[in-house]
Amino acid sequence: MPATIETPKPDFTHTPSRDGDRVIQFREALREALSEEMRKDPRIFLMGEEVAQYNGAYKVSQGMLDEFGPERIIDTPISENGFAGLGIGAAMYGLRPVIEFMSWSFSLVAADQILNNAPKMLYMSGGQWGCPIVFRGNDGAGGQLGSTHSWCIEALYSNVPGLKMAIPSCPYDAKGLLKTSLLDDDPVFFLESERMLGDKAHVPEEEYYIPFGKAALRREGSDCTVVSFGRPVHFCLDAAEELAKEGMNCDVLDMRTVRPLDLDAIIESIRKTNRIVVVDQSWPFASVASEVITQVCEHGFDWLDAPPVRVNSDDVPTPYAKELEAAYLPNAHKIAQAVRTACGRA
Amino acid sequence: MPKKTAYTAKIEYLQILDENGKLDERLARGTLKDDEVIFLYEQMTISRHYDEIAFKLQRSGRMGTYPQNKGQEAGPAGAGYAIRQHNPEAWLVPCYRENLALFLNGLPMEKILLHWMGDERGNQIPDGVNILPISIPIGTHPLHAAGLAWAGKYRGEDRVAITFFGDGATSEGDVHEALNFASALKLPVIFFCQNNRWAISVPSSIQTGSETFAQKGLAYGMPCFQIDGNDIFASYKVVKDAINRAVKENQPTFIESLTYRLGDHTTADDARRYRDPEEVEAWVGRDPLIRTRKYLESKDLWSESKQKELEAKAKEVVDAVVKKAEGIDKPTTDDIFDYTFAELNGQLIEQKQTLRTSSLGTHPQQEGLQTHA
Repeated sequence: MPATIETPKPDFTHTPSRDGDRVIQFREALREALSEEMRKDPRIFLMGEEVAQYNGAYKVSQGMLDEFGPERIIDTPISENGFAGLGIGAAMYGLRPVIEFMSWSFSLVAADQILNNAPKMLYMSGGQWGCPIVFRGNDGAGGQLGSTHSWCIEALYSNVPGLKMAIPSCPYDAKGLLKTSLLDDDPVFFLESERMLGDKAHVPEEEYYIPFGKAALRREGSDCTVVSFGRPVHFCLDAAEELAKEGMNCDVLDMRTVRPLDLDAIIESIRKTNRIVVVDQSWPFASVASEVITQVCEHGFDWLDAPPVRVNSDDVPTPYAKELEAAYLPNAHKIAQAVRTACGRA
Repeated sequence: MPKKTAYTAKIEYLQILDENGKLDERLARGTLKDDEVIFLYEQMTISRHYDEIAFKLQRSGRMGTYPQNKGQEAGPAGAGYAIRQHNPEAWLVPCYRENLALFLNGLPMEKILLHWMGDERGNQIPDGVNILPISIPIGTHPLHAAGLAWAGKYRGEDRVAITFFGDGATSEGDVHEALNFASALKLPVIFFCQNNRWAISVPSSIQTGSETFAQKGLAYGMPCFQIDGNDIFASYKVVKDAINRAVKENQPTFIESLTYRLGDHTTADDARRYRDPEEVEAWVGRDPLIRTRKYLESKDLWSESKQKELEAKAKEVVDAVVKKAEGIDKPTTDDIFDYTFAELNGQLIEQKQTLRTSSLGTHPQQEGLQTHA
């Protein structure tokens, strides 16, 4: 392998259609992104629990051991802190590690490595030692996994400067955002959802990249802005569908990355709607929703005709029981109610 | 069912140069030649003076907190020299009490002062010098050493990584995860544990129930050694052998270097409050500089006049280093934004501008601060 390899700049100008009949799963889109970039860049490797022999606990890396071999698809001891730290060391020596956490809940034991080391390394070395590493895994309530395994880490982790955070909501974005992550020179926290890995949609076979910090408008309406990211985007779209029947039309913005955050897109939307609902499956206190609303108040207060409303999970540990978990999480019904409140129609 | 012993182990202790400066000629074979001993003695003396000056700089308000290396020069000297001679491309992954190992491998001496003066540029390592920034969180950096070693192996190189940490760090999970990874993935890592007996005010007897720190590595199936850490010969030999194993067999090694922190933990600490003066006195007698000098004198390789010359040289070298560190312009406010992401983005651009204009100069401590170079 050459001592140094130039990382290409992603080409954001090529934006293939989202419509088509090449329907694959979310997990396959992730695999495609990883494999495409690994074929081009020998510095990239995938490391984590069960990623190789077992084909990944959630089958994201299925078949990758066969293609890339055990040098690049690496099974590790059950030691999140260990392989997170090892990845950081490897990144500092010019490799481009992809570290899979089976669940982001398990990343908590690696907090010092992923929060106290990776995002600060560039700063603490006076701009010298960057840490181009992708940490990825399942985030959020996976369905009756109980309190300790259902973490939404976005609020807690996005507080830290020096890292980027991408949270795709659909297979098309999963591929484009992960490919961008793999070319990024900073640590990227890539949040997937166990509940979406089987989601199917058209994903172009060709290569494309989605820029960070650019929200996607998933539905257009002039009555209320609904902001979300990741899995709850789907609930927002369901709610918008329901509300349309009542004559209320929503802009539904999918942020795609929360670090950086596309505040401009939000402000542009509220200039039209003058109302905002933010949906975030984290706990409400100091959540991404809180941050979005704060920034909206700082930069777009004059455009608001009503207090901002947020829909978070309830402020309790994630329940284990199926019905309680469903009651605790944001859903279309709660979102629709929030929009009605924002629009003075509750 | 038969009863049998599933595993037995022993830890070898190595001392080649004793505290009276007497060398075990047999064990010393193939280690350091006389000119190398003189060189390392000089380097240790300069390092000791550097340490004293750093302490004074802190006391006179010219530097932030500083952790003295005093009394622990020999371990890093022997280890650093072994790296320099036998695997010069190696990665050194330090904490903060092995300055000499870094200096011996190309780190400009002003960098450490600059770091402790609170300047991130102290951790800007020159190209071609394979040393990671000083790591202050206890025990989190051995994992980076494992990662660097892994990357070297991935790249097909014979490059080892050596990481330094203290006895206290062995109580951190990260160290054990690093040991486990190095062992399970067969990585060329040398774990150099400086057991200086005190983790701030916690004695090693409270730190662990194990008889030695060296045996921590046994559970991970790697060769483990305990050495007299005030003996440059032992340190050199054990690291040289470890480099061989690492390069030839991808085998990690765990080394416990028995030494003593003659100074305080840092300038923010006062060890007199919790250490028995008799204990400190006993260790003063085992000072690595004294024994090395005695050895050189016993071989007629050293004299009072040479000592005087060396002390003058140490003063000259360190004076120049201090001058260099203090002569560097203060960091600019732009630095804090420019070094956060590979490319400045979003609201940081705004914040950078705000700090340049509206908020700058509103606090007395900002006096003299430049917005940009």
